[in-house]
Amino acid sequence: MSDIAPSADTLLMAKPAPRSRNMGQILRWLILFIGGIAMIMPIAYMISTSLKWPHEVYNVNLIPEEPTIENYTYVLEDGRFYWWFVNSIIIATITTICNLLFDSLVGYTLCKFRFPGRTIVFIAILSTLMIPTEMLVIPWYLMSQAFGWLDTYWGIMFPGLMTAFGTFLMKQFFESVPDDFIEAARIDGLNELQIWWTVAMPLVKPALAALAIFVFLGNWTAFLWPLIVTNSVDMYTIPVGLSGFGDEADVAWELIMTGAAISTIPTLIVFLIFQRFIIRGVVMAGLKG
Amino acid sequence: MYRNLTIRQKQIVWAWAFLAIPVLFYTIIRFYPTGNAVLISFQNWNLLGDRTWAGMENYQKLWNDPVFWKVFKNTFVYLLLGTPISLVLSFVIAYHLDKLRFMHGFLRMLYFLPFMTSAVAMAWVWRWFYQDVPIGLFNNILAGFGIPQVAFLQSTTNALPAVLAPAVWAGLGFQVIIFMAGLRAIPTSYYEAAKIDGVGWFTVLTQITIPLLRPTIVFIVVFSSIGFLRIFDHVFNMTTNNPGGPLNATKPLVLMIYDTAFNGFDMGYAAAQTVVLFTILLIVSLIQLRLLRST
Repeated sequence: MSDIAPSADTLLMAKPAPRSRNMGQILRWLILFIGGIAMIMPIAYMISTSLKWPHEVYNVNLIPEEPTIENYTYVLEDGRFYWWFVNSIIIATITTICNLLFDSLVGYTLCKFRFPGRTIVFIAILSTLMIPTEMLVIPWYLMSQAFGWLDTYWGIMFPGLMTAFGTFLMKQFFESVPDDFIEAARIDGLNELQIWWTVAMPLVKPALAALAIFVFLGNWTAFLWPLIVTNSVDMYTIPVGLSGFGDEADVAWELIMTGAAISTIPTLIVFLIFQRFIIRGVVMAGLKG
Repeated sequence: MYRNLTIRQKQIVWAWAFLAIPVLFYTIIRFYPTGNAVLISFQNWNLLGDRTWAGMENYQKLWNDPVFWKVFKNTFVYLLLGTPISLVLSFVIAYHLDKLRFMHGFLRMLYFLPFMTSAVAMAWVWRWFYQDVPIGLFNNILAGFGIPQVAFLQSTTNALPAVLAPAVWAGLGFQVIIFMAGLRAIPTSYYEAAKIDGVGWFTVLTQITIPLLRPTIVFIVVFSSIGFLRIFDHVFNMTTNNPGGPLNATKPLVLMIYDTAFNGFDMGYAAAQTVVLFTILLIVSLIQLRLLRST
Protein backbone atom coordinates (compact mmCIF):
# COMPACT_ATOMS: atom_id res chain seq x y z
CA MET A 1 0.00 0.00 0.00
CA SER A 2 2.92 2.30 0.58
CA ASP A 3 3.57 2.72 -3.15
CA ILE A 4 1.03 5.54 -3.13
CA ALA A 5 2.79 6.89 -0.04
CA PRO A 6 0.73 9.96 0.80
CA SER A 7 1.48 11.20 4.28
CA ALA A 8 -1.09 10.55 6.95
CA ASP A 9 -1.63 14.27 7.42
CA THR A 10 -2.71 15.07 3.89
CA LEU A 11 -5.08 12.13 4.02
CA LEU A 12 -6.84 13.54 7.05
CA MET A 13 -7.38 17.07 5.84
CA ALA A 14 -10.96 17.81 4.88
CA LYS A 15 -11.58 18.10 1.17
CA PRO A 16 -12.14 21.51 -0.42
CA ALA A 17 -15.61 22.81 0.33
CA PRO A 18 -18.23 21.41 -2.02
CA ARG A 19 -19.94 24.26 -3.84
CA SER A 20 -23.46 22.96 -3.40
CA ARG A 21 -25.20 23.03 -0.06
CA ASN A 22 -28.24 21.24 -1.37
CA MET A 23 -30.79 19.07 0.40
CA GLY A 24 -28.80 15.94 -0.37
CA GLN A 25 -25.81 17.22 1.61
CA ILE A 26 -28.01 18.20 4.56
CA LEU A 27 -29.74 14.82 4.56
CA ARG A 28 -26.38 13.05 4.36
CA TRP A 29 -25.11 15.07 7.31
CA LEU A 30 -28.23 14.37 9.38
CA ILE A 31 -28.12 10.61 8.79
CA LEU A 32 -24.42 10.42 9.62
CA PHE A 33 -24.99 12.55 12.71
CA ILE A 34 -27.79 10.28 13.97
CA GLY A 35 -25.62 7.23 13.20
CA GLY A 36 -22.72 8.77 15.11
CA ILE A 37 -24.89 9.49 18.13
CA ALA A 38 -26.12 5.87 18.02
CA MET A 39 -22.49 4.71 17.94
CA ILE A 40 -21.68 6.39 21.25
CA MET A 41 -24.94 5.37 22.98
CA PRO A 42 -23.44 2.30 24.70
CA ILE A 43 -20.68 4.49 26.14
CA ALA A 44 -23.18 7.19 27.10
CA TYR A 45 -25.48 4.70 28.84
CA MET A 46 -22.56 3.13 30.67
CA ILE A 47 -21.52 6.49 32.11
CA SER A 48 -25.07 7.64 32.78
CA THR A 49 -25.96 4.43 34.63
CA SER A 50 -22.82 4.65 36.73
CA LEU A 51 -24.15 8.02 37.96
CA LYS A 52 -27.66 6.78 38.81
CA TRP A 53 -29.20 5.71 42.12
CA PRO A 54 -30.37 2.06 42.20
CA HIS A 55 -34.06 2.97 41.91
CA GLU A 56 -33.46 4.79 38.65
CA VAL A 57 -31.21 2.27 36.92
CA TYR A 58 -33.87 0.52 34.87
CA ASN A 59 -35.31 3.79 33.63
CA VAL A 60 -34.39 4.34 29.96
CA ASN A 61 -33.67 8.06 30.51
CA LEU A 62 -30.14 8.91 29.52
CA ILE A 63 -29.77 11.87 31.90
CA PRO A 64 -29.92 10.78 35.56
CA GLU A 65 -32.59 12.62 37.56
CA GLU A 66 -30.34 13.08 40.59
CA PRO A 67 -26.76 12.29 39.55
CA THR A 68 -24.65 10.67 42.27
CA ILE A 69 -21.06 9.54 42.60
CA GLU A 70 -22.15 7.06 45.26
CA ASN A 71 -21.42 4.10 42.95
CA TYR A 72 -17.86 5.27 42.39
CA THR A 73 -17.21 5.76 46.12
CA TYR A 74 -18.64 2.32 46.79
CA VAL A 75 -16.59 0.57 44.11
CA LEU A 76 -13.37 2.37 45.00
CA GLU A 77 -13.80 1.90 48.76
CA ASP A 78 -14.11 -1.80 48.09
CA GLY A 79 -10.40 -1.50 47.21
CA ARG A 80 -10.13 -4.16 44.53
CA PHE A 81 -10.71 -1.83 41.59
CA TYR A 82 -8.05 0.44 42.96
CA TRP A 83 -5.48 -2.39 42.79
CA TRP A 84 -6.61 -3.64 39.42
CA PHE A 85 -6.27 -0.11 38.08
CA VAL A 86 -2.75 0.22 39.49
CA ASN A 87 -1.77 -3.21 38.11
CA SER A 88 -3.04 -2.31 34.67
CA ILE A 89 -1.22 1.03 34.66
CA ILE A 90 2.08 -0.58 35.71
CA ILE A 91 1.84 -3.43 33.21
CA ALA A 92 0.74 -1.30 30.26
CA THR A 93 3.40 1.35 30.98
CA ILE A 94 6.34 -1.04 31.30
CA THR A 95 5.27 -3.04 28.25
CA THR A 96 4.91 0.15 26.22
CA ILE A 97 8.39 1.38 27.16
CA CYS A 98 9.90 -2.02 26.32
CA ASN A 99 8.18 -2.10 22.94
CA LEU A 100 9.31 1.42 22.10
CA LEU A 101 12.93 0.57 22.87
CA PHE A 102 13.23 -2.91 21.41
CA ASP A 103 10.92 -2.63 18.41
CA SER A 104 12.63 0.55 17.28
CA LEU A 105 16.13 -0.83 17.91
CA VAL A 106 15.38 -3.97 15.90
CA GLY A 107 13.55 -2.01 13.20
CA TYR A 108 16.47 0.41 12.97
CA THR A 109 19.06 -2.38 12.77
CA LEU A 110 17.14 -4.24 10.07
CA CYS A 111 16.66 -1.03 8.12
CA LYS A 112 20.08 0.63 8.34
CA PHE A 113 22.66 -2.14 8.77
CA ARG A 114 23.95 -4.57 6.17
CA PHE A 115 25.08 -7.81 7.81
CA PRO A 116 24.92 -11.54 7.18
CA GLY A 117 21.65 -12.97 8.48
CA ARG A 118 19.68 -9.73 8.02
CA THR A 119 17.05 -11.16 5.69
CA ILE A 120 16.54 -14.30 7.71
CA VAL A 121 16.10 -12.36 10.97
CA PHE A 122 13.61 -10.06 9.27
CA ILE A 123 11.59 -12.90 7.78
CA ALA A 124 11.69 -14.84 11.05
CA ILE A 125 10.31 -11.88 13.03
CA LEU A 126 7.71 -11.10 10.38
CA SER A 127 6.56 -14.72 10.31
CA THR A 128 5.59 -14.53 14.00
CA LEU A 129 2.71 -12.27 12.90
CA MET A 130 1.06 -15.42 11.57
CA ILE A 131 1.21 -17.23 14.93
CA PRO A 132 -1.96 -16.52 16.94
CA THR A 133 -1.52 -15.73 20.64
CA GLU A 134 -4.06 -18.45 21.39
CA MET A 135 -1.63 -21.07 20.13
CA LEU A 136 1.08 -19.82 22.48
CA VAL A 137 -0.88 -19.48 25.73
CA ILE A 138 -0.58 -23.16 26.66
CA PRO A 139 3.24 -23.28 26.29
CA TRP A 140 3.51 -19.86 27.97
CA TYR A 141 1.45 -21.18 30.88
CA LEU A 142 3.67 -24.25 31.22
CA MET A 143 6.75 -22.03 31.02
CA SER A 144 5.37 -19.69 33.69
CA GLN A 145 4.53 -22.64 35.90
CA ALA A 146 8.03 -24.10 35.56
CA PHE A 147 9.78 -20.81 36.34
CA GLY A 148 7.36 -19.55 39.00
CA TRP A 149 6.06 -16.67 36.89
CA LEU A 150 2.39 -17.44 37.51
CA ASP A 151 0.56 -14.64 39.29
CA THR A 152 3.38 -12.08 38.88
CA TYR A 153 3.72 -8.86 36.89
CA TRP A 154 6.52 -10.42 34.88
CA GLY A 155 4.27 -13.35 34.05
CA ILE A 156 1.57 -11.04 32.72
CA MET A 157 4.03 -8.89 30.78
CA PHE A 158 6.66 -11.18 29.28
CA PRO A 159 4.80 -12.33 26.15
CA GLY A 160 4.24 -8.77 24.96
CA LEU A 161 7.60 -7.10 25.57
CA MET A 162 8.38 -7.03 21.84
CA THR A 163 6.03 -7.30 18.90
CA ALA A 164 6.61 -8.09 15.24
CA PHE A 165 3.99 -5.49 14.32
CA GLY A 166 5.93 -2.76 16.13
CA THR A 167 9.23 -3.87 14.66
CA PHE A 168 7.83 -3.83 11.14
CA LEU A 169 6.17 -0.44 11.69
CA MET A 170 9.40 1.11 12.98
CA LYS A 171 11.47 -0.42 10.18
CA GLN A 172 9.16 1.21 7.64
CA PHE A 173 9.57 4.57 9.32
CA PHE A 174 13.35 4.39 9.63
CA GLU A 175 13.41 4.13 5.82
CA SER A 176 12.57 7.84 5.81
CA VAL A 177 15.69 8.73 7.85
CA PRO A 178 18.40 9.73 5.29
CA ASP A 179 21.54 7.59 5.37
CA ASP A 180 23.56 10.82 5.04
CA PHE A 181 22.51 11.85 8.55
CA ILE A 182 23.79 8.57 9.96
CA GLU A 183 27.00 8.78 7.93
CA ALA A 184 27.62 12.34 9.13
CA ALA A 185 27.13 11.26 12.74
CA ARG A 186 29.63 8.44 12.23
CA ILE A 187 32.20 10.90 10.94
CA ASP A 188 31.52 13.06 14.01
CA GLY A 189 32.64 10.08 16.07
CA LEU A 190 29.33 8.94 17.57
CA ASN A 191 29.04 5.22 18.15
CA GLU A 192 26.15 3.25 16.67
CA LEU A 193 24.11 3.26 19.89
CA GLN A 194 24.43 7.03 20.14
CA ILE A 195 23.47 7.45 16.48
CA TRP A 196 20.31 5.38 16.96
CA TRP A 197 19.31 7.24 20.13
CA THR A 198 20.28 10.84 19.33
CA VAL A 199 20.00 11.01 15.52
CA ALA A 200 17.50 8.43 14.28
CA MET A 201 14.99 8.22 17.17
CA PRO A 202 14.06 11.93 17.26
CA LEU A 203 13.26 11.76 13.54
CA VAL A 204 10.60 9.05 13.99
CA LYS A 205 8.80 10.54 17.00
CA PRO A 206 5.35 10.43 15.34
CA ALA A 207 5.77 6.72 14.65
CA LEU A 208 6.92 6.12 18.23
CA ALA A 209 3.86 7.94 19.50
CA ALA A 210 1.58 5.84 17.31
CA LEU A 211 3.24 2.65 18.48
CA ALA A 212 2.99 3.75 22.13
CA ILE A 213 -0.74 4.31 21.79
CA PHE A 214 -1.33 0.92 20.17
CA VAL A 215 0.75 -1.01 22.67
CA PHE A 216 -0.71 0.78 25.67
CA LEU A 217 -4.31 0.34 24.52
CA GLY A 218 -3.64 -3.29 23.63
CA ASN A 219 -2.25 -4.08 27.06
CA TRP A 220 -4.85 -2.01 28.91
CA THR A 221 -7.62 -4.06 27.32
CA ALA A 222 -5.80 -7.43 27.10
CA PHE A 223 -7.92 -10.21 28.56
CA LEU A 224 -7.11 -13.81 27.61
CA TRP A 225 -3.50 -14.08 28.81
CA PRO A 226 -3.94 -12.06 32.06
CA LEU A 227 -7.00 -14.22 32.79
CA ILE A 228 -4.91 -17.36 32.43
CA VAL A 229 -1.76 -16.26 34.24
CA THR A 230 -3.27 -14.55 37.30
CA ASN A 231 -4.78 -16.47 40.21
CA SER A 232 -5.05 -14.08 43.12
CA VAL A 233 -7.49 -11.19 43.12
CA ASP A 234 -4.68 -8.74 43.95
CA MET A 235 -2.85 -9.52 40.71
CA TYR A 236 -5.80 -9.09 38.35
CA THR A 237 -5.72 -6.44 35.68
CA ILE A 238 -8.79 -4.26 35.16
CA PRO A 239 -10.44 -6.43 32.46
CA VAL A 240 -9.90 -9.65 34.42
CA GLY A 241 -11.10 -8.01 37.62
CA LEU A 242 -14.17 -6.51 35.96
CA SER A 243 -15.05 -9.87 34.42
CA GLY A 244 -14.98 -11.59 37.81
CA PHE A 245 -16.73 -8.68 39.51
CA GLY A 246 -19.60 -8.75 37.02
CA ASP A 247 -19.97 -12.47 37.52
CA GLU A 248 -20.43 -12.26 41.30
CA ALA A 249 -23.86 -13.44 42.34
CA ASP A 250 -25.60 -10.32 43.58
CA VAL A 251 -23.73 -7.43 41.99
CA ALA A 252 -26.05 -4.65 40.88
CA TRP A 253 -25.88 -3.48 37.26
CA GLU A 254 -25.08 0.11 38.23
CA LEU A 255 -21.95 -1.14 40.00
CA ILE A 256 -20.89 -3.20 36.97
CA MET A 257 -21.42 -0.12 34.81
CA THR A 258 -19.29 1.87 37.25
CA GLY A 259 -16.50 -0.70 36.96
CA ALA A 260 -16.81 -0.67 33.18
CA ALA A 261 -16.66 3.13 33.21
CA ILE A 262 -13.54 3.10 35.41
CA SER A 263 -11.83 0.86 32.86
CA THR A 264 -12.97 2.87 29.85
CA ILE A 265 -12.84 6.52 30.91
CA PRO A 266 -9.00 6.78 31.04
CA THR A 267 -8.61 5.69 27.41
CA LEU A 268 -11.47 7.95 26.35
CA ILE A 269 -9.83 10.94 28.07
CA VAL A 270 -6.50 10.14 26.41
CA PHE A 271 -8.30 9.91 23.08
CA LEU A 272 -10.14 13.21 23.50
CA ILE A 273 -6.87 14.99 24.35
CA PHE A 274 -4.74 13.46 21.59
CA GLN A 275 -7.53 12.89 19.08
CA ARG A 276 -5.89 14.15 15.89
CA PHE A 277 -2.68 12.47 16.87
CA ILE A 278 -4.27 9.07 17.53
CA ILE A 279 -6.30 9.04 14.32
CA ARG A 280 -3.14 9.97 12.43
CA GLY A 281 -1.38 7.07 14.16
CA VAL A 282 -4.12 4.64 13.11
CA VAL A 283 -3.79 5.80 9.51
CA MET A 284 0.01 5.55 9.59
CA ALA A 285 -0.08 2.06 11.05
CA GLY A 286 -2.78 1.00 8.61
CA LEU A 287 -0.91 2.30 5.59
CA LYS A 288 2.56 1.18 6.55
CA GLY A 289 1.68 -1.95 8.47
CA MET B 1 40.70 -5.85 18.93
CA TYR B 2 37.56 -3.90 17.96
CA ARG B 3 39.77 -1.07 16.65
CA ASN B 4 41.41 -3.34 14.09
CA LEU B 5 38.12 -4.26 12.41
CA THR B 6 37.08 -2.71 9.12
CA ILE B 7 34.03 -0.42 9.05
CA ARG B 8 31.96 -3.22 7.57
CA GLN B 9 33.03 -5.68 10.25
CA LYS B 10 32.25 -3.14 12.96
CA GLN B 11 28.76 -2.78 11.52
CA ILE B 12 28.22 -6.52 11.73
CA VAL B 13 29.33 -6.55 15.36
CA TRP B 14 26.97 -3.68 16.24
CA ALA B 15 24.06 -5.20 14.34
CA TRP B 16 24.32 -8.49 16.20
CA ALA B 17 24.86 -6.73 19.51
CA PHE B 18 21.58 -4.86 18.95
CA LEU B 19 19.78 -8.01 17.86
CA ALA B 20 21.09 -10.38 20.56
CA ILE B 21 18.31 -9.88 23.15
CA PRO B 22 15.47 -9.63 20.59
CA VAL B 23 16.60 -12.77 18.74
CA LEU B 24 16.71 -14.60 22.08
CA PHE B 25 13.25 -13.24 22.92
CA TYR B 26 11.66 -14.31 19.63
CA THR B 27 13.27 -17.74 19.89
CA ILE B 28 12.18 -18.43 23.47
CA ILE B 29 8.83 -16.61 23.59
CA ARG B 30 7.56 -17.14 20.03
CA PHE B 31 9.26 -19.98 18.13
CA TYR B 32 9.91 -22.46 20.91
CA PRO B 33 6.28 -22.23 22.19
CA THR B 34 4.96 -22.67 18.65
CA GLY B 35 6.90 -25.90 18.26
CA ASN B 36 5.95 -26.89 21.79
CA ALA B 37 2.23 -26.42 21.06
CA VAL B 38 2.50 -28.68 18.03
CA LEU B 39 4.41 -31.26 20.08
CA ILE B 40 1.90 -31.21 22.95
CA SER B 41 -0.91 -31.74 20.44
CA PHE B 42 0.49 -35.22 19.86
CA GLN B 43 0.64 -36.03 23.57
CA ASN B 44 -1.72 -36.84 26.41
CA TRP B 45 -1.19 -34.65 29.41
CA ASN B 46 -3.41 -33.39 32.23
CA LEU B 47 -0.70 -31.22 33.89
CA LEU B 48 -0.35 -33.54 36.91
CA GLY B 49 0.41 -36.94 35.44
CA ASP B 50 3.03 -38.00 32.91
CA ARG B 51 3.20 -36.80 29.38
CA THR B 52 2.53 -39.77 27.16
CA TRP B 53 2.76 -40.07 23.42
CA ALA B 54 -0.68 -40.04 21.84
CA GLY B 55 0.03 -39.95 18.14
CA MET B 56 -2.98 -38.67 16.23
CA GLU B 57 -5.37 -39.46 19.10
CA ASN B 58 -6.16 -35.84 19.93
CA TYR B 59 -6.93 -35.02 16.32
CA GLN B 60 -9.11 -38.09 15.97
CA LYS B 61 -10.96 -37.14 19.13
CA LEU B 62 -11.48 -33.66 17.69
CA TRP B 63 -12.81 -35.09 14.42
CA ASN B 64 -15.34 -37.20 16.33
CA ASP B 65 -16.32 -34.51 18.83
CA PRO B 66 -19.77 -33.05 18.01
CA VAL B 67 -18.99 -30.02 20.21
CA PHE B 68 -15.96 -29.26 18.06
CA TRP B 69 -18.03 -29.24 14.87
CA LYS B 70 -20.59 -26.98 16.52
CA VAL B 71 -17.78 -24.67 17.61
CA PHE B 72 -16.16 -24.84 14.17
CA LYS B 73 -19.45 -23.78 12.59
CA ASN B 74 -19.93 -20.95 15.12
CA THR B 75 -16.44 -19.64 14.43
CA PHE B 76 -17.19 -19.42 10.72
CA VAL B 77 -20.61 -17.88 11.35
CA TYR B 78 -18.83 -15.11 13.32
CA LEU B 79 -16.49 -14.67 10.36
CA LEU B 80 -19.09 -14.85 7.59
CA LEU B 81 -21.52 -12.49 9.34
CA GLY B 82 -19.03 -10.16 10.97
CA THR B 83 -16.62 -9.45 8.11
CA PRO B 84 -19.11 -8.52 5.35
CA ILE B 85 -21.37 -6.55 7.71
CA SER B 86 -18.54 -4.48 9.12
CA LEU B 87 -16.95 -4.05 5.67
CA VAL B 88 -20.16 -2.71 4.08
CA LEU B 89 -21.10 -0.55 7.08
CA SER B 90 -17.67 1.00 7.39
CA PHE B 91 -17.42 1.64 3.65
CA VAL B 92 -20.84 3.32 3.50
CA ILE B 93 -20.02 5.49 6.51
CA ALA B 94 -16.56 6.42 5.19
CA TYR B 95 -17.87 7.09 1.66
CA HIS B 96 -20.45 9.57 2.89
CA LEU B 97 -18.35 11.07 5.66
CA ASP B 98 -15.68 11.76 3.05
CA LYS B 99 -18.11 14.02 1.18
CA LEU B 100 -18.93 16.17 4.21
CA ARG B 101 -17.10 19.17 5.56
CA PHE B 102 -19.40 20.54 8.23
CA MET B 103 -18.25 19.18 11.63
CA HIS B 104 -16.25 16.52 9.79
CA GLY B 105 -13.83 15.94 12.67
CA PHE B 106 -16.63 15.71 15.23
CA LEU B 107 -18.56 13.09 13.25
CA ARG B 108 -15.37 11.12 12.67
CA MET B 109 -14.73 11.18 16.42
CA LEU B 110 -18.20 9.80 17.18
CA TYR B 111 -17.59 6.80 14.91
CA PHE B 112 -14.07 6.20 16.17
CA LEU B 113 -14.76 6.45 19.91
CA PRO B 114 -15.93 2.82 20.42
CA PHE B 115 -12.54 1.60 19.14
CA MET B 116 -10.94 3.12 22.24
CA THR B 117 -13.06 1.07 24.66
CA SER B 118 -12.16 -2.22 26.27
CA ALA B 119 -13.94 -5.31 24.95
CA VAL B 120 -14.60 -6.64 28.44
CA ALA B 121 -16.21 -3.42 29.69
CA MET B 122 -18.37 -3.09 26.61
CA ALA B 123 -19.39 -6.74 26.66
CA TRP B 124 -20.88 -6.10 30.10
CA VAL B 125 -22.64 -2.94 28.90
CA TRP B 126 -24.21 -4.81 25.98
CA ARG B 127 -25.05 -7.72 28.20
CA TRP B 128 -27.03 -5.34 30.36
CA PHE B 129 -28.78 -3.94 27.24
CA TYR B 130 -29.87 -7.47 26.32
CA GLN B 131 -31.49 -8.39 29.67
CA ASP B 132 -35.23 -9.01 30.03
CA VAL B 133 -37.74 -6.42 31.21
CA PRO B 134 -37.44 -4.60 33.58
CA ILE B 135 -33.62 -4.66 33.48
CA GLY B 136 -32.40 -4.55 29.91
CA LEU B 137 -32.44 -1.34 27.91
CA PHE B 138 -33.44 -2.88 24.56
CA ASN B 139 -36.38 -4.79 25.97
CA ASN B 140 -37.46 -1.75 28.01
CA ILE B 141 -37.51 0.33 24.84
CA LEU B 142 -39.42 -2.39 22.98
CA ALA B 143 -41.89 -2.60 25.86
CA GLY B 144 -42.33 1.16 25.64
CA PHE B 145 -43.60 0.69 22.10
CA GLY B 146 -45.74 -2.25 23.16
CA ILE B 147 -43.60 -4.74 21.24
CA PRO B 148 -43.24 -8.19 22.87
CA GLN B 149 -39.81 -8.71 24.38
CA VAL B 150 -37.02 -10.51 22.62
CA ALA B 151 -34.85 -13.17 24.26
CA PHE B 152 -31.37 -12.14 23.16
CA LEU B 153 -28.73 -14.05 25.08
CA GLN B 154 -30.97 -16.90 26.23
CA SER B 155 -32.06 -17.91 22.76
CA THR B 156 -29.98 -20.38 20.78
CA THR B 157 -30.72 -18.52 17.54
CA ASN B 158 -30.37 -14.91 18.73
CA ALA B 159 -27.43 -15.29 21.07
CA LEU B 160 -24.68 -15.47 18.45
CA PRO B 161 -25.71 -12.33 16.54
CA ALA B 162 -26.25 -10.60 19.90
CA VAL B 163 -22.68 -11.40 20.93
CA LEU B 164 -21.34 -10.43 17.51
CA ALA B 165 -23.00 -6.98 17.51
CA PRO B 166 -20.68 -5.33 20.06
CA ALA B 167 -17.64 -6.84 18.30
CA VAL B 168 -18.71 -5.30 14.99
CA TRP B 169 -19.60 -2.04 16.75
CA ALA B 170 -16.19 -1.75 18.44
CA GLY B 171 -14.18 -2.39 15.28
CA LEU B 172 -16.19 -0.14 12.97
CA GLY B 173 -14.40 3.11 13.77
CA PHE B 174 -10.98 1.71 12.90
CA GLN B 175 -12.22 0.50 9.52
CA VAL B 176 -13.93 3.83 8.80
CA ILE B 177 -10.67 5.70 9.40
CA ILE B 178 -8.70 3.31 7.17
CA PHE B 179 -11.33 3.57 4.43
CA MET B 180 -11.32 7.36 4.59
CA ALA B 181 -7.54 7.42 4.22
CA GLY B 182 -7.87 5.03 1.26
CA LEU B 183 -10.50 7.28 -0.34
CA ARG B 184 -8.27 10.33 0.07
CA ALA B 185 -5.38 8.50 -1.55
CA ILE B 186 -7.28 8.20 -4.85
CA PRO B 187 -5.98 10.98 -7.11
CA THR B 188 -8.66 13.61 -7.74
CA SER B 189 -7.75 13.68 -11.44
CA TYR B 190 -9.74 10.46 -11.93
CA TYR B 191 -12.84 12.10 -10.54
CA GLU B 192 -12.30 15.25 -12.57
CA ALA B 193 -11.97 13.22 -15.76
CA ALA B 194 -15.18 11.35 -14.89
CA LYS B 195 -16.94 14.65 -14.26
CA ILE B 196 -15.89 16.02 -17.64
CA ASP B 197 -17.19 12.86 -19.29
CA GLY B 198 -20.45 13.28 -17.40
CA VAL B 199 -20.31 9.88 -15.72
CA GLY B 200 -22.96 9.16 -13.05
CA TRP B 201 -22.06 8.71 -9.39
CA PHE B 202 -22.81 4.99 -9.41
CA THR B 203 -20.47 4.34 -12.31
CA VAL B 204 -17.80 6.44 -10.60
CA LEU B 205 -18.26 4.36 -7.46
CA THR B 206 -18.05 0.97 -9.17
CA GLN B 207 -15.54 1.82 -11.91
CA ILE B 208 -13.15 4.17 -10.12
CA THR B 209 -13.56 4.24 -6.34
CA ILE B 210 -13.95 0.55 -5.52
CA PRO B 211 -11.26 -0.77 -7.93
CA LEU B 212 -8.76 1.80 -6.68
CA LEU B 213 -9.62 0.95 -3.08
CA ARG B 214 -8.63 -2.68 -3.57
CA PRO B 215 -5.50 -2.53 -1.36
CA THR B 216 -7.53 -0.93 1.44
CA ILE B 217 -10.29 -3.52 1.06
CA VAL B 218 -7.76 -6.37 1.16
CA PHE B 219 -6.23 -4.96 4.34
CA ILE B 220 -9.58 -4.50 6.08
CA VAL B 221 -10.98 -7.90 5.05
CA VAL B 222 -7.88 -9.80 6.20
CA PHE B 223 -7.57 -7.77 9.41
CA SER B 224 -11.22 -8.11 10.43
CA SER B 225 -11.43 -11.80 9.43
CA ILE B 226 -8.56 -12.65 11.72
CA GLY B 227 -10.30 -10.68 14.47
CA PHE B 228 -13.63 -12.50 14.08
CA LEU B 229 -12.00 -15.94 13.86
CA ARG B 230 -10.29 -15.20 17.20
CA ILE B 231 -13.33 -13.75 18.96
CA PHE B 232 -13.22 -14.52 22.70
CA ASP B 233 -13.52 -11.52 25.07
CA HIS B 234 -17.08 -10.65 24.06
CA VAL B 235 -18.37 -14.23 24.15
CA PHE B 236 -16.70 -15.08 27.45
CA ASN B 237 -18.00 -11.98 29.23
CA MET B 238 -21.52 -12.03 27.84
CA THR B 239 -22.03 -15.68 28.79
CA THR B 240 -20.00 -16.06 32.01
CA ASN B 241 -22.88 -17.92 33.69
CA ASN B 242 -22.62 -20.59 30.98
CA PRO B 243 -19.56 -19.88 28.83
CA GLY B 244 -20.35 -20.26 25.14
CA GLY B 245 -23.98 -21.03 25.91
CA PRO B 246 -26.84 -21.48 25.61
CA LEU B 247 -26.12 -25.06 24.45
CA ASN B 248 -22.78 -23.98 22.90
CA ALA B 249 -24.71 -21.70 20.56
CA THR B 250 -22.16 -18.90 20.89
CA LYS B 251 -19.00 -20.89 21.61
CA PRO B 252 -16.08 -19.99 19.32
CA LEU B 253 -12.90 -22.02 18.92
CA VAL B 254 -10.81 -19.85 21.26
CA LEU B 255 -13.32 -20.33 24.08
CA MET B 256 -13.24 -24.10 23.52
CA ILE B 257 -9.43 -23.97 23.71
CA TYR B 258 -9.59 -21.99 26.96
CA ASP B 259 -12.12 -24.39 28.45
CA THR B 260 -10.26 -27.54 27.47
CA ALA B 261 -6.90 -26.24 28.68
CA PHE B 262 -7.72 -24.29 31.83
CA ASN B 263 -10.91 -25.88 33.11
CA GLY B 264 -10.44 -29.43 31.82
CA PHE B 265 -6.61 -29.40 31.98
CA ASP B 266 -6.54 -31.61 28.91
CA MET B 267 -3.45 -29.91 27.50
CA GLY B 268 -2.88 -32.25 24.58
CA TYR B 269 -6.45 -31.93 23.35
CA ALA B 270 -6.38 -28.14 23.76
CA ALA B 271 -3.06 -27.91 21.90
CA ALA B 272 -4.56 -29.86 19.00
CA GLN B 273 -7.36 -27.28 18.89
CA THR B 274 -4.84 -24.44 18.77
CA VAL B 275 -3.09 -26.12 15.83
CA VAL B 276 -6.45 -26.26 14.05
CA LEU B 277 -7.02 -22.56 14.80
CA PHE B 278 -3.60 -21.73 13.42
CA THR B 279 -4.31 -23.70 10.25
CA ILE B 280 -7.69 -22.01 9.77
CA LEU B 281 -6.17 -18.54 10.19
CA LEU B 282 -3.40 -19.36 7.75
CA ILE B 283 -5.73 -20.79 5.09
CA VAL B 284 -8.31 -18.01 5.38
CA SER B 285 -5.65 -15.27 5.13
CA LEU B 286 -3.96 -16.92 2.15
CA ILE B 287 -7.24 -17.46 0.29
CA GLN B 288 -8.28 -13.86 0.85
CA LEU B 289 -4.93 -12.47 -0.25
CA ARG B 290 -5.11 -14.64 -3.39
CA LEU B 291 -8.69 -13.76 -4.26
CA LEU B 292 -8.39 -10.07 -3.59
CA ARG B 293 -4.92 -9.44 -4.96
CA SER B 294 -5.41 -11.15 -8.29
CA THR B 295 -7.71 -9.89 -11.11
